[in-house]
Amino acid sequence: MSEELDFHNQVKKIYRFLLLLFSLFVITGGLIVYYMVNPNFLNLKKAPEVAVAVEELDPDRIENGIHVSTGFVDAEGLMTVIRNCTGCHSSKLILQNRMNVERWNTTIKWMQETQNLPDLGKNQEIIVNYLATNYPPIDKGRRDILTNIDWYELKD
Amino acid sequence: MKRRSFVKKVTLSSFATLIGAEIVFGSNIMEGYIPLALQDPDPFKMFNKNKEMIVLNDKPWNIEAQAHLLDDKITPNSCMFIRNNGLVPENIDAKKWVLKIDGESVVKEKTYTLSELKSKFKHYTYQLTIECGGNGRSEFNPPAKGNQWTVGAVHCASWTGVRLKDVLEDAGIKKDAVYIGYHAADIHLSRDPKHEPISRGCPMSKALQDETLIAFQMNGEDIPFIHGYPLRLVAGGWPASVSGKWVNRISIRNKIHDGPKMTGDAYRVPCKPVAPGEKVKDEDMCIIESMPVKSLITYPKSGAIINKGKALNIRGHAWAGELEVAKMEYSIDYGSTWNACVIEKPTNRLAWQHFTASIKFPDTGYYEVWAKATDTNGIAQPMLLPGWNPKGYLNNACHRIAIKVK
Repeated sequence: MSEELDFHNQVKKIYRFLLLLFSLFVITGGLIVYYMVNPNFLNLKKAPEVAVAVEELDPDRIENGIHVSTGFVDAEGLMTVIRNCTGCHSSKLILQNRMNVERWNTTIKWMQETQNLPDLGKNQEIIVNYLATNYPPIDKGRRDILTNIDWYELKD
Repeated sequence: MKRRSFVKKVTLSSFATLIGAEIVFGSNIMEGYIPLALQDPDPFKMFNKNKEMIVLNDKPWNIEAQAHLLDDKITPNSCMFIRNNGLVPENIDAKKWVLKIDGESVVKEKTYTLSELKSKFKHYTYQLTIECGGNGRSEFNPPAKGNQWTVGAVHCASWTGVRLKDVLEDAGIKKDAVYIGYHAADIHLSRDPKHEPISRGCPMSKALQDETLIAFQMNGEDIPFIHGYPLRLVAGGWPASVSGKWVNRISIRNKIHDGPKMTGDAYRVPCKPVAPGEKVKDEDMCIIESMPVKSLITYPKSGAIINKGKALNIRGHAWAGELEVAKMEYSIDYGSTWNACVIEKPTNRLAWQHFTASIKFPDTGYYEVWAKATDTNGIAQPMLLPGWNPKGYLNNACHRIAIKVK
């Protein structure tokens, strides 16, 4: 009887040991997989701010109708413009300029002739429509009034 | 986590996506290591610029001053505008730098190291006004293509170097020489080594002027990297694009130089006046040479509020390309009446001239002070925009500042 009980206890021990071993294996494996996916998780002190930063990392984030990382207006054709136009030069160069369909086309032709811009195929129409719609010429007259004056008391 | 370090980590992983490879344990890359192409540079630190300078473009770098930043008589680096057509040169080694003189009209091709240039030829120092041909472009209507410079693409620093004339004559100039063209170490935006971003020049008459220098110093020190270290061609009074930065070759040409930005509509205006917005054929465009008469009120900064009865002391600079400024005036009634400013003689030919005036306002209210320079040929700045041109060059309309008297 006692031998039977002893054997039963031994089986139980081995069973528990195997269970522990298996759990450790699963946990370790899980941790390894998690570390591969997110290698930052061990840097505990940095964790709390991640939520804030997540917003910053999205290169396609749109805020108030503006594509944040380029400053472009969010409208039809935006991604085509980003893909084709911001490789060689900054979006700032586009944002400074205002032209109609014809002149945006001329500008593209000039870039193809002198700046190694390849043929844009069907994308050209999408790009030019986006630019001429969102960045058309504004009439400034022969001389604009002074605007954005930063008033200050002159001391001397 | 600071935004920057987080962005760095994220950029690294997106970089991995971009290059189609994995940066193993990207986040564990040594602190401070950022792949060169991904650096998020602070141009003000990188180029030692005043924080109030305006960045128009960051690829390529184009940065301008504001009028009040240009108050110094000799412009310091911190307030000098930056104009680039391409990417800045990489790996400059001044010890190995050579300047080559070649071209159809050179008698004998020659190369000079920096130390040879400095030891072989006499040094000269001139203060030279250098203004971007497109300064003021932002005001043209219909708008003109390009960086939208307002008033700050001009400077007048002190340049030290050897006369271009002395170097060209050392190599020998054939009788059929008409133009020089520079070549430089900057990089085309496409990174295609077969293309130069810009290669301009000037007629022999300008190249042979005493003040046209191959400069190695600016304001008594090595030229700052962004302004052309180690060698810059400096041709005061002409569009700044003639003053090539990072110059390593100058060709003596038997025809008008035909490098990039010499042809088409670049740095050219219609030979005959055109209506605003009119199309102009390339062959009807003429190369800009001397810049027109112009001036800038550098003190006070626009927006000053002063007390009634108190005089307002203004000051600024005026310049006139190849010419001198003969007369300087101001108006506080939109040109109905003009009053004289005191204007100094230039330190040397092609340097800007300083003016001052003491203004009394008749009553409280809103005023604008307009400044108008007249050159030695009797040509004055227009109050309205000058003739429209497709690329928006040569806007020399009067500068003005807003003043309130209370």
